Amino acid sequence: MSIALIAIISVGVLGGFLGVIIGIVAKVFAVEVDERIEGVNDLLPGANCGGCGFAGCTDFAKGMVAESATPDQCPVCSSEDVKNIADYLGIVAEEKEKKVAVVRCVGDAKNTVRSLYNGVRDCRSAVLVASGAKGCDYGCLGFGSCADACPFGAIEIRDALAVVHPDLCVGCENCVAACPKDLIIMAPASADVHVYCNSPEKGAAKRKVCKTACIACRKCVKASGEEDHMLVDGFLIRTNYENPPAAELVEASACPTTALRQASKQAAGAYEGVSE
Amino acid sequence: MSEKPRKFKGGVHPNDSKALSALKPIQDAPLLESYKVIMHQNIGAPPELVVKKGDEVKKGDLLAKASGFVSVPLHAPTSGTIKMIDKCPGPTGISIPSIEITADGEDEWGDTFEVIRDWKNTGSEQLKQRVWDAGIVGMGGAGFPAHVKLSPPEGKTVDTLIINGAECEPYLTADHRLMLEQGEDVVQGTAILARALGLKSAVIGIEENKPDAIAALQEIAANYGVEVQPLPVNYPQGAERQLIYAITGREVPIGKLPMDVHCVVQNVATAVAVADAVVKGRPSIERVTTVTGKSVVEPGNWRFRLGTPVSKALELVGGVSEQPAKLLLGGPMMGIAQSSLDVTVMKNTSGILLIAKDEASLYTSEPCIRCGRCVECCPMNILPATISQAVENKRFDWAEDLNVLACIECGSCSYVCPSHRPLNQHFKRAKIEIQAQLRKKK
Repeated sequence: MSIALIAIISVGVLGGFLGVIIGIVAKVFAVEVDERIEGVNDLLPGANCGGCGFAGCTDFAKGMVAESATPDQCPVCSSEDVKNIADYLGIVAEEKEKKVAVVRCVGDAKNTVRSLYNGVRDCRSAVLVASGAKGCDYGCLGFGSCADACPFGAIEIRDALAVVHPDLCVGCENCVAACPKDLIIMAPASADVHVYCNSPEKGAAKRKVCKTACIACRKCVKASGEEDHMLVDGFLIRTNYENPPAAELVEASACPTTALRQASKQAAGAYEGVSE
Repeated sequence: MSEKPRKFKGGVHPNDSKALSALKPIQDAPLLESYKVIMHQNIGAPPELVVKKGDEVKKGDLLAKASGFVSVPLHAPTSGTIKMIDKCPGPTGISIPSIEITADGEDEWGDTFEVIRDWKNTGSEQLKQRVWDAGIVGMGGAGFPAHVKLSPPEGKTVDTLIINGAECEPYLTADHRLMLEQGEDVVQGTAILARALGLKSAVIGIEENKPDAIAALQEIAANYGVEVQPLPVNYPQGAERQLIYAITGREVPIGKLPMDVHCVVQNVATAVAVADAVVKGRPSIERVTTVTGKSVVEPGNWRFRLGTPVSKALELVGGVSEQPAKLLLGGPMMGIAQSSLDVTVMKNTSGILLIAKDEASLYTSEPCIRCGRCVECCPMNILPATISQAVENKRFDWAEDLNVLACIECGSCSYVCPSHRPLNQHFKRAKIEIQAQLRKKK
């Protein structure tokens, strides 16, 4: 018998023997996996954004099957997706309102820059050096730490200002923690009108450093009439998200600094120039 | 300590440009119409306000009292009326609460402290209390309350007091002038600090590039049992850990404080403030600051009251001959860039530096070429190149493992980096992120 034949036979026998052992071990020590996990995972978007609070979509699926999570925790899923998952698991899904991020600042490079900044292009680093390049202590720094944190590409840096695209935003809240100025809030997607300013300073002090600051003139409060669409908070007006105004309010109130804007138009770049 | 001082590993030799102002005697800045005194001038808790709008104050009167042990009181720089208590630009670029005083022109002292002439026979507790009451902080730049460093916690002993006269920062000459002109105050303050710590002697460390100051102090020091130690010229010789190593040979372990190796370090300007507080009974309301830069018409050393706006300081030096590119509070290595001329002189403002356009090229940061120069020059023996890459990738856990917390932010690595990488800024960021994480864990 040639050496080649011996080698083939012995390796073949050895392979067959090990195969049998593996087969037995796989049967005896099999790990029970709930097949629903796989099923739920297929229904999830697979973005692994972490917006649900779990490490990723598979982890979230495990959580749902173990009944420690509910499908509506996923910020990316539409209400239809949530219903599909709930039906698959045989549970009743709660209705949830979609939320989107709002960067409460529209002070772009044209309106607020006071000095040159030549350091690390990251907001959290920039606050360490003279608080960045902009004049306002509370405004957007414009180096895009939020845009970097967004897994959906919903934040665009335009003229040193973070602009959210509400149609792309799924509400995972990753950007909220990334902002060193705490500028980003999660607002109901149904509300389109927001006050794009977060400076609690007096109106005159704000105007000195930014042309688009909210100076609390209350035109928008008056324009909304009896309805409390807009709330006064010190030297700042905020949208009442419990009772958000219609888009017409922006036109009706004729905000003198254009701090009152529609999120959809802001994303489309419709607000060019600022009234003096 | 007569042995030769040790040379610490690393360091850099930047052009010191001290000749611009080194020969200019200290001048007293004239009284201004108003002062904007920043409330929070110390590391630790901000002091508590004790005056209100419209109050009349005399020079040296209390404006705010200490709100805890690691906090110091604040005093009025001149007599006048409190005009308002509002926000003013602070050194970090953010507006912070300040007290604006309209001077009445009298500049009249209020009830100051009782003078302690016989400090040699005064108890250390009383001296410590005076240092605290006078609102003295580390005037070299950090602004750490001086009395805290004089109070070793239980179980820690101090056997060496080092007074930092190295002044290794380029451009700055305020401490140099103080040692030359007020040598008696420096040495007396040193002896008082030593007494407050229960020590018989102390060492004043001075870099060898100030031979006149060394000679002047050596003459006076012998009378007080204080020693003067010339040190090799090497930036950052004036950093606490490097200074302790040069003089005593002890190394402060990472995460530990000088007291853990039985040392306390104070600045010469702090020693002068202590002498003023004890022997003259005056609170800390003024300091010597170098106003300098290539574009400054008449660089010099000025005694400013707290709350003097930088714009007024620049008027005193004759303004600028050309538009400067950058304004720094402090020296060029560790100073903080400013965006407003309204920022005012604080207890730790050692210099007002204008960087000319040709000195401040705007570099773009390039990738690391792994030349290792930053590793060679790092006086703390950490790996700036590797840490900066960890920070760029937001891996603050790696940065922590690589001991970024040991970084003293001296800026030597950024200075030598041929790729102009913003190393120092990366480390500041990493330290803040890591400390925030640690606080969260607690």
